[in-house]
Amino acid sequence: MAENHAMTPHALAHHFDSLDQQREAGTLGMWVFLITEIMFFGGLFLTYILYRSKFPHEFVAGSHALDIRLGAFNTAVLIGSSLTMALAVYYSQVGSRRLLVTYLTLTMLLGLVFLGVKGIEYTEKFEHHHFPGADFQWEDPAQAPALDGNPGAGKVDGRHVEMFYWIYFAMTGLHALHMIIGAGLIAVLIVLAVRGRFTAEYHMPVEITGLYWHFVDIVWIFLFPLLYLIGRHE
Amino acid sequence: MIPKQPRTHYLNISYGFKSWLFTTDHKRIGLLYLVSITLFFFVGGAFATIIRLELATPQGDLVQAETYNKLFTMHGVMMIFFFLIPAVPAVLGNFLIPLMIGAKDVAFPRLNLLSWYIFNLGALFTIYAVVSGGVDTGWTFYTPYSTTYSNTHVLATGVGIFITGFSSILTGLNFIVTIHMMRAPGMNWFRLPLFVWAHYATSLIQVLGTPVIAITVLLLAFERVVRIGIFDPALGGDPVLFQHLFWFYSHPAVYIMVLPAMGVVSELVAAFTRKSIFGYDLVAFASIAIAVFGFLVWGHHLFVSGQSVYAGMIFSFLSYAVAIPSAVKVFNWTATLYKGSVSYQTPMLYAFGFIGLFTIGGLTGLFLAAMGLDIHLTDTYFVVAHFHYIMVGGTIMAYLGGLHYWWPKISGRMYPEGWAKLGALIVFVGFNLTFFPQFLLGYMGMPRRYHAYPEEFQVLNVMSSAGASILAVGYILPMVYLIWSMRYGPIASSNPWPATGLEWQTSSPPPTENFEEIPVVTWEAYEFAGQE
Amino acid sequence: MEKWIPFIPERASTVAGRVDALYFFLVGVSVFFALLIAGLELYFAIRYRRRSPGEMPAPVRGSMKLEMLWVVIPFLISMVMFAWGSSLYFTIYRPPKDALDIYVVGKQWMWKLQHLDGKREINELHVPVGRKIKLTMTSEDVIHSFFVPAFRIKADVLPGRYTSVWFEATKPGRYHLFCAEYCGTSHSGMGGWVTVMEPADYEGWLSGGRAEGSLASTGEKLFQDLACVSCHRSDIQGRGPALKGLFNRPVRLEGGQTVIADEGYIRESILNPRAKLVAGFPPIMPTFQGQITEEQLLQLLTYIKSIGPEETPAAPPSPEAQAPSGGAGVTRKENVKQ
Repeated sequence: MAENHAMTPHALAHHFDSLDQQREAGTLGMWVFLITEIMFFGGLFLTYILYRSKFPHEFVAGSHALDIRLGAFNTAVLIGSSLTMALAVYYSQVGSRRLLVTYLTLTMLLGLVFLGVKGIEYTEKFEHHHFPGADFQWEDPAQAPALDGNPGAGKVDGRHVEMFYWIYFAMTGLHALHMIIGAGLIAVLIVLAVRGRFTAEYHMPVEITGLYWHFVDIVWIFLFPLLYLIGRHE
Repeated sequence: MIPKQPRTHYLNISYGFKSWLFTTDHKRIGLLYLVSITLFFFVGGAFATIIRLELATPQGDLVQAETYNKLFTMHGVMMIFFFLIPAVPAVLGNFLIPLMIGAKDVAFPRLNLLSWYIFNLGALFTIYAVVSGGVDTGWTFYTPYSTTYSNTHVLATGVGIFITGFSSILTGLNFIVTIHMMRAPGMNWFRLPLFVWAHYATSLIQVLGTPVIAITVLLLAFERVVRIGIFDPALGGDPVLFQHLFWFYSHPAVYIMVLPAMGVVSELVAAFTRKSIFGYDLVAFASIAIAVFGFLVWGHHLFVSGQSVYAGMIFSFLSYAVAIPSAVKVFNWTATLYKGSVSYQTPMLYAFGFIGLFTIGGLTGLFLAAMGLDIHLTDTYFVVAHFHYIMVGGTIMAYLGGLHYWWPKISGRMYPEGWAKLGALIVFVGFNLTFFPQFLLGYMGMPRRYHAYPEEFQVLNVMSSAGASILAVGYILPMVYLIWSMRYGPIASSNPWPATGLEWQTSSPPPTENFEEIPVVTWEAYEFAGQE
Repeated sequence: MEKWIPFIPERASTVAGRVDALYFFLVGVSVFFALLIAGLELYFAIRYRRRSPGEMPAPVRGSMKLEMLWVVIPFLISMVMFAWGSSLYFTIYRPPKDALDIYVVGKQWMWKLQHLDGKREINELHVPVGRKIKLTMTSEDVIHSFFVPAFRIKADVLPGRYTSVWFEATKPGRYHLFCAEYCGTSHSGMGGWVTVMEPADYEGWLSGGRAEGSLASTGEKLFQDLACVSCHRSDIQGRGPALKGLFNRPVRLEGGQTVIADEGYIRESILNPRAKLVAGFPPIMPTFQGQITEEQLLQLLTYIKSIGPEETPAAPPSPEAQAPSGGAGVTRKENVKQ
C-alpha cells in the first residue's frame, strides 16, 4: 500500500487505506448510480408502455415515420463505441498510454457521430412538423378517403401521434443528454491520459466512465426497438 | 499537552466561512445540513402556526382561501422535502456513519459536499417560489390541477424538488458505498450499530425511489409547459397515472423519513438501558424488509381513485405486510427494557415518546389499510393525524432525541439536562394535544385542506390549535438551550453516558479524521459488559 | 333507536353501521396494543430503573420464540382486518343492479346533480329513504371527491371518465356533502347537503318545480339535434351501428376483441370514436370532444341506456353490414350468446 502511495502520489485520497479499496468504492458507487439511472429511465419506459397499449395504431404510425436506416446506423455506431470503450479500459489496465488515448478518442468520436446523426434526425422531424407542439402536423399516409368530407376522419388520431413524438423526444433527448455528458467525461479522460495520470495501478476513472458509457449504450439498445422497430410489419 | 491549550478537533482546526463552505469533512457537512434544515423547519413551522390559527375559527377569517391553500402546500413541501427527508440521514447520518463504522470519512467526501450545495440550490428555487407568490397545489401536486388549473408557481417548486432529489440520491449513494467499503477491520455487518442498518435501508430507498419522483416532476413540468398530454384526459392521458408515479416514490419516502429515526431509537434504547437491542438480527432485517415492502404498497393511496378492486386488495394486503416489521421493532425495543438498567435522561425520554407516538401512528395506519374503512377516512383529518404521528411524533422525536444524545460528540459540550427534560415533556404534551383531536375530527368527517369548516368541528379544532402553540414552545426551547450550551455548557467527556459504539471511543468533538488510530473491532454491537 | 356515541358521525346509510363496526374493532385492537406497549414500557422503566451509576445489567440477546410470536400474532390479526376491510370495500363500490341512477358532475367549485326525470340540483341532493341509489360521476375540470360522512361513502370524481358509488339512506335528515379531494381555491366551499326524505315527501318534491322533461328525453332531443340519428338509425340499418339494446352488451371490435358497452365505453365512443371501432364499420364518426358538456354527455348516455328492449340481446355486427358507419354500437340483427 505504501508502495502504491509512493508511485502515484495524487491517486490515493486521504480517507482510503489502499488503492484497491478506493477503486472498489468508485466502481460500486458507479453501479449504484446506474441503478438510479435505470429507475429514472424506468418512469419513461412505463409511460411509453402504458400509452403504447392505449394508442397502438398511433404509436405504430408515429414509428413508421422515423428513419429506420439512421436508427440502425446509430445502433451500430454505439455498439462499436462500446467495443472501443472496452478496449480503452483494457489498455488502461495494462498501462498502455498510447492505446488508451487512441481508443478513448475513437470512443468519443463515435459518440459524436451518434449525436450528429441524431441531430440530422431531429432536424428532419422539425422540417416535417413532427416535432410536437404548436407546429405539429400529422397527415396519415394511410388515411382512408374521407366520406362526406367528414372532418377528423382517418384511422389514427394526430393528437396521440403527437404524444408518441413527445415520448420519442423525451426518451431520445434524455439519452442524448447522457451521451453528451459521457463524451465530456471522455474528453476529460483523454486530457488526463495524455498527461500520464493513469497507470496500471490507478485507472479507476477510466473504468467507471466505461461503466457509464456501456449503460448509456444499453439504454439505446432498448430505445431502438421500442421506438423504431415494434409494429413495423403492420 | 499543555492544559490551557485546547486539543485540535474538527471544529477548531480551521476558522472562517471558507473553511466551512469548502469542507469535505463529513462532520462539518452534517452541521451545514443542520443549519439548512433548521431554517426550513422553522419556516415550515411558521406556516403551520398560521394554519392552526386560521383553523381556530370555522369561518376562515384570518387569511383568504387562496393564501391558506398556499400555506398548507408550502408547509408540506418545506417539511417533507427540505426537513424530514434530510433530517436524520443528512445531519446525524452524515455525522455518525463514518464514526460508527470506524472510517475517516464517507467514501466520496467531495460528492458529499456537492450534495449539500445541490440541496441548497433546490431550496433556492423553492424559496423563490414562496417569495414570488407561493404555490397552491398541495405537496402532492395532483394532476390535472397542478398541470392545467393552478396559476401559481408550480414550476419553480417542481424544479426545486427535482434538484433537491439529486442531493438525496447522492447522499444515499454515498452511504451505501461507505457502509460497504469503509468499515474498520473487524467491523462485520452484524457488528454494525442498528443506526447504520437503518441508514443502509434508507439509502436503498433514496437511490431507487428518488429518480422516479425526479422523472415524475419532469413529466409534470413538460405537461404544464407544453401539454404533452400524458396526464391530461382531454388529450387521451390519465391524471391518475401521476398519482401512481408520485406515490411510487412518496410512499417509500415515508420510510426515508422514519427508518433512520428508528435507527436513532435503537441506539438510544440500547444506551439508556445498557443492553443490546433484543433480537438484533430481526431488527436489522426489519429495516431491510420495510425498505423492500415499502415499494409495493403505493396503491393504498388510491383506494378511492377508481382503481380496480382487485388491485386494491393486493395493495391492502401488502400494506398489512409492511406493518409487521414496524410492529416487530416496537416489541423488540420494549423487550430490551426488560431487566435493563433504565435511566431517564433526555434522549431516553424522547425515545419513550417516539415508541408511544409511533405505536399510535402505526396502529392508525391499520385503519387506513382496511379498504372499506379507508373509503370513509381517506382525505380527512384522520389521515393528517396519522401521518403527523409518524413524522412528527416519530421522526422529529427521534431526531431531537438523537440530537441531544450525540450533542456532546457534536459540540463537545453537555446540554442543560433540566431544561432539556422540560422541553421533551412540552413537546410530548403539545404534540398529543395538537394531533389527537384530529383523529376524532377525521372520523367525524372533516376533510383535510379545508380553509373553512362546519361549526360542529370547532371545539376539537380549538384544542388542536392550542396544542400547536404548546408544541411551538417545545421546539423553540431546544434550539435556544442547545445554542447556549455550545458556549456555556459543561465540557463533555468522550463517552459521557457511557455508551457503546465507536463514535464514543474517540474524543468529543472528534479530530478531523475521526480516530487517532483506526480501531480494530473485536466485539459485538452493544456489548456493554467489559466496557468502561 | 341508536344512542349517540361521541365523535361518531350520524349513521344514515345501510353501510354506515358496518363501517363503524370495523372501526370499533380496530379501535379495540389499537387500544389493546397501545396500552400493552405503554404499560410494558412504563412497568419495565420503573421496575428496572437505574439504581446506581455503575450498574451493568446481564446481557440478553433475544429470543427467537418470543420474536416469532410477535411476528405471527400481529400478522394473523392484521389478516382479519384485511379480509373485513376488503369485503366492506366490495360492498360499497359494487352497485346493486336495481339501484336508481343519479348523475353527478363536479366542477370548480360546485356539484351538479341530475335526476333521471330531468330534475337538476346544485350542491343539494334529494333522495328517498330506503332506496338504493347509484351515483355515476365525472368532473369537468380537476379531480374532486364526493364525500358524505353520514353515509360513510367517498369516491373520487375524475375528469375524462366515470366513477361510481352507491348507498341506501336509512334515516331522513340533512347531511353534509363535502368535496374531499383538494381542487383549488374554494375547495372548502365545494360542499352542500344531502337531504334524505320519506318516499312520499320525495314524490312530492319530485313533482314540484318546473318539469324539464326526463333526462332520457332531453338526451333523445340532443341525439336528434346533434344529428347522431342520421347515422345511428332505429328504423333501418344506418351508416353507424344501431344503438338499440346496446347498453351493457358485448360489442365486437375491429381486430377481434370484445368489449362490454358500459358507460365508459359509450363515453369514449362519443368523444374518441376511433379508439374502439365496431367491426365492420369504417371510421367516419367525428369526435364530439369539446362540443358537448359533461351533462349533455350524461343525457345522451341515459338516452342510449333507455332505448332497446331488455329482452332483445344485442348482436355482433356482421362484417358484411350494408352501409358503412362508425362509432359506437352494434347491429341488432343476430343474437349473441353471452
